[in-house]
Parts: sequence; structure tokens; C-alpha cells
Amino acid sequence: MPEQKVLTGNHAAAYACKSANVEVVAAYPITPQSPVVEKISEFVEAGELPNTQFVTVESEQSAISAVVAASQMGARVFTASSANGLAYMYEILCWAAGSRLPLVMCIATRGLGAPWTVWTDHQDAFSMRDVGFIQQFVESNQEAYDTVLMSYRIAEDPRVYLPAFVSYDGYILSHTMMPVQIEDEDKVKEFLPPLKPHIHLTDFDNVRSVNPVTPPGLTVRPEGNTPGYYEFRYSMQKAHEYATEVVEEVAKEFEAKFGRSYGNGIYKPYKIDDAEVLIFAVASVASESRGVVDKLREEGLKVGLISLKLYRPFPIKHLREAFSKAELVVVFDRDVGYGMEGILAAELKTALYAADHRPIIRGFIVGLGGRDITADQLILGVKTAIAEKDDRTVQQNTHVDFIGVQLEELGFKKEGM
Amino acid sequence: MVIKVSDLPEEEMILPGTRLCSGCGIQLAYRWALKALGPKTIVTNPASCSTVCGGVGGYTPLKVPTFYCCFETVAANAAGAAAALKAKGQDKEIVVLAWAGDGGTYDIGIQGLSGASERGDNFIFSCVNNQAYMNTGIQRSGATPYGATTTTTPILGKRQLNKNMRKIMEAHGLIYIAQTSVGYPRDIYEKFRKAREFNGKGVRYIEILGTCPPGWGFPTDQSVNLAKLAVETGYWPLLERIDGKLVVSQPSKRYLDKSKRKDIREFLKGQARFRRLTEEDIKVWENYIDAQWDEIRAELEKQGDI
Repeated sequence: MPEQKVLTGNHAAAYACKSANVEVVAAYPITPQSPVVEKISEFVEAGELPNTQFVTVESEQSAISAVVAASQMGARVFTASSANGLAYMYEILCWAAGSRLPLVMCIATRGLGAPWTVWTDHQDAFSMRDVGFIQQFVESNQEAYDTVLMSYRIAEDPRVYLPAFVSYDGYILSHTMMPVQIEDEDKVKEFLPPLKPHIHLTDFDNVRSVNPVTPPGLTVRPEGNTPGYYEFRYSMQKAHEYATEVVEEVAKEFEAKFGRSYGNGIYKPYKIDDAEVLIFAVASVASESRGVVDKLREEGLKVGLISLKLYRPFPIKHLREAFSKAELVVVFDRDVGYGMEGILAAELKTALYAADHRPIIRGFIVGLGGRDITADQLILGVKTAIAEKDDRTVQQNTHVDFIGVQLEELGFKKEGM
Repeated sequence: MVIKVSDLPEEEMILPGTRLCSGCGIQLAYRWALKALGPKTIVTNPASCSTVCGGVGGYTPLKVPTFYCCFETVAANAAGAAAALKAKGQDKEIVVLAWAGDGGTYDIGIQGLSGASERGDNFIFSCVNNQAYMNTGIQRSGATPYGATTTTTPILGKRQLNKNMRKIMEAHGLIYIAQTSVGYPRDIYEKFRKAREFNGKGVRYIEILGTCPPGWGFPTDQSVNLAKLAVETGYWPLLERIDGKLVVSQPSKRYLDKSKRKDIREFLKGQARFRRLTEEDIKVWENYIDAQWDEIRAELEKQGDI
């Protein structure tokens, strides 16, 4: 029978590992991710995960290395981190994706130092844009639990074979209790059968050497040609291109099995049918935007929300469709592509450049390093964007507006809005 | 453990035709280590000369499963592999071998190795020490000995002693630590066999002095001779520490007597990397060797072995 529990986001992720019957976990504590590590240790020591090995590594780099190795032994594996710990993993995250390993990893999002912060923003997760992982954001602890389960299905699909991130906001979800339904083990097993590994070094009948030096060109031998680095990397891009469809399929199957859905598994629409203005955001920013949509609708503005769940692969086709009727899109980024603009805003502009209908896209930066994002700030953003919608000067601006930055209080003058 | 030559397995785990340099000591080390561990071995290898040995483009001379990893991660990799084997109940039958160079052990790899050693993860860690970053072009490492010229100590030679990695590993309280040299294949074989027998008892650490013709600057046919001279001069004692107890291996026992040790100049003079050593530098070497044996002798006395 499914169990109703009241859990933090971190504990929901730990329960998902348990439901998925993960065989090897290696993780290193970092605020705000630490309780995931603690909870999994508790499961292991209490004998609730009899088939799981927990490696209490001495760093994040070793955490990801250990699960990358375990995955190559054909085990289902898990790890989690935040911010600087995630950045410390960077090299091996690229290695994991390049090795096409179906591992799943949670990110309890947090701003990247310096200066030191332990509070949430999405800079850490977005900084991992090009490592090759499937990347998803969630808005509730139930969604965190469900998305970890779905991620194993996606990652282990032979059309994909890529590692996956599930990102939830530090503190806002990681340390906040919410009701979470923990599904029955057998039912989870039907949805997520044991891993059938495609890299399996303990298969001594088929001895393999994984990730040797791979030259730029093909290796041409009488026994058969082998790919160069270029072909391997092409296949990674192809896997991403196939993955969107797999994500949708898995979301549908999950809904049929467990009765819960998160939009189409790719994005979650809110009041978009007649919307002229659409907010585009992820995770905590999207959650805050829901209330803002309601408030603005009370004022008679036709506003809706697209909360993006799947960030990589970037669902270009779906987003062209979703924004095909909007006049204006307001993007709230809790991150900065330094020297450019908000990362989501820039990505959306790229995605819609070739669309038949190109709405005006206006991006704002909000809530870096855990700065509270208020409804009033988001309303200010939407109203400013509406007021300046037809102003070409604004559209051609090369600066990016930060909402809620308090320069005047520090004796400085603020540029822009 | 005394192994007769006639008992050594004929089966080779490395096929002929590797990409290692001619005269490379690593091939000898790899060959005898894998013979000792047998076919049920999974090797993980970080950036090192041995990566080259593994071949390019998916064709490999190695007959055991091998997976390559980033420079600093080999011990964590081995720990993860060992955890997976345990989860699958295959940890008794299969052995995990972390096969690193001195950079991947002494320098960039030390954190992961220390962590795994402290946790007691179940694998053999082997360091083939050729005393510099040979694969990237002979740059100095923490293992480079005093006075050696490298491409990053090109004029003055290294002005520091090498790190004492063995002592660092001893401080971790490992069940089995051994030091061997590519001049003594049977010694390598015996030590890897022993390390295999300590399966399930944490990290077993074996360091092999690996000669390097281009990096050390000597003719390729002198590889084995130099690996022997390192031992015969007392510079590189063959020894073990088994569950805390120090054991000097048979070939090195006689060098407890200083008069039996060959002059260190015999080891140094055949190598271009030491061509600039002064008499004063050689004194540093002599003191290093004497101090090393004084410590060994004191410990053997304390153990009641001499």
C-alpha cells in the first residue's frame, strides 16, 4: 500500500532512492543537500536497504567517481550535491555523460560562491548546462520523489542512456515539509524494473575496455572500424534529441500507473489558454509565479505561466508550440549567464528564433543567493514588460534588469529599471 | 610465501604489442601483477603511461576488463567498483585493481587514496612509480627524487626530497603494504598474490619502482639492470608491512649490512637525469639511504627480528 508521509525535499529524494532499490550510493555532505545523505545512511544502517552499499566518500569528486564506477559494474546508483560541491564534480559529470551511464543525481540548488552563500538560486544547476546530463527542475517534494523515479526510467532507456539531474530548491524544498505519497514497492518495480545495464564490466564472457584513449579519426582495423571521439559525441547529441519523446512517454506511463502528472513531463502550463502574456520560469520562481498569475488575472490581465520542468534536452518543439499565441513572454531567471543575460531568457530566445510566431521576450533576474522573491517583484516585472512591450529601445537594450536589488540603500545609483 | 619459477602461470593477461615505450618498466610490472591476480580482475586506470598501454580506439592488449578514469579519481573509482561488487555479492570472486602512476598516487590522487584507505574499501591500489609525470613529458612530481632534472626542473634539478608515500600509507594502518621493483618479477608476483589473499580487508597498497628510459635517460636495454641497482644500492628496499609488521623481502635482506650495498653512484651515473649531481648532492642521497636503513633496522630490532 502507498504510504502518506510528511517529508522534506531531501527526504523525499532519499525515499525515492529506496523505492528505486538503488544499489550503490556515494555522497558527500553539503548544505542544503546533507539530509539526503543522512537519510540514506539511516536506511542502510537500519537494514531497510539490504542490497545497497553506501560509500561515505571524502569529497564530491570521489562521490561522483564512485557512482560512475559502480554504474559501470552494472549497478543502479545515486548521488546528490549542491553548488560548490556540484562544481567540484564537474569533470566527472562530463565523464559520466560521455560514458553514457544511467545514473540519477539530485541537486539541492544553492548559489555558487564567492561570496559564500548557502541559500538557493539556480546558478549551480544551470552551470552544468553542457555536461550532457538530462536536466529537470521540480516544484514540490512529491514532484521530487516522482521525478527521481521517472528519471531512472528515462536514463535507463536504450534510446537515451544518459545520466539525469533532478533539481529542487535549497531550503524552499530541501528543508520544507510537505505531504508525499511513497508508492508501494511492487508497483514501483512494475514501473521501474531492475536495471538491465548496457555497460557491465563484471561480464567476464565479454571482456571490455571502457573509455580508452579515443583518437580524432576512426580506428580502422581488419576486425572492424571503431568510432572516433567525434562519433561518440554525435551519439550523445542524438540521445538528447530522442530523450524528449522518452520523457513524454515516461510521464504518461507514470500518470497511468500512479495518477500524478506534471504537465506533459516537459513543462507545466498554468492558465495559458487565453493568455496574451506568459511567464516563463523554473522551480521556486515558477511556484511563486502561480499566485502572481491569479493576482494579475483579478486585475483583468490575461497572464499565464509555463513552468519548465525539462531543461535539457531543451524542448524546442514544445516551447515553440507553447508560445505560439503569446504576444509577450516574461522570463524570470534566478541565475545569470554572466556577460549575457538570464540563462533561461537567452535559451528561450534561441529556441523561438526560427518559430513561425516570435513573441516579445523580456528577461529579468530575481532572487540570487536566496534573496526572497515576492509577488510584488514579479508583478512589477510583468507590468514593466507589458508597458515597454512595444518600445524597441528597451528590446534592444544590452543590459539586464535585476529586480529587487537594493543599490539605493547602499548609496549607489541603479542603472536600468 | 615462496613461489617456484615452475609454479608461475604461463597465461599472459597482456597480449604482445602494447604502445608503451621500448624498455618501459611498466609493462613488466603490469604483466606480473595481472598474472598474479588472474583473469577475474577488474582494472581501473587513471591518466598515466598505463593508459597508453591500454591501447587506443577500442582495441586493447589487456585481457581483463578495464575502465579508464580521470587523473585524481582512481581510488574513488575502485571504491565504487568494489561497492557494486559487494552489492551484487561478487566481491569474493572478483578483485578490483587500481593501477596508477606516481602522479595519480602521490600528488593529484592522494585525497581519494587516503579516503578509501581510511574507509577500508576493498581493492588493491598499485602505484607504478617512475618518479615523474612521464606520460605528459617528464615533469617533476612529488615522487621525483632529489637532484633529478625533469622538464620542470630543467636546470637545477629537483631541490627537494621525494614525498615518503610509504609512510603516509603506513599511517593509514593498512593490512598490507609492499614495495617492489620491476627488476624482480617474482617479488612482484608474490606481493600481488598476497594482496589478493587479503581480499575483504580494506585497501592493499603496493608500490613498484618502474624504470623509464626516456624520463630517466638511459639505454632501453638497461631497464632491468637499473631496477636491480636501485635495490642493490639500498636505495629502494623491497619490503612489506603485513598487519603492522615490517618484513624485509629476501632480495633486500643482505643490504641491512651497509658494506654489502653497492655505491649509489652506480645507480645514478647511468641516468642522464642525474648528470648534474655534485658530490654534495650525492651526499644527500647517501644520507637518505643510510637513514632509511637505520629506521628499518631499528624497527626490526624492536620487533625482535634481528
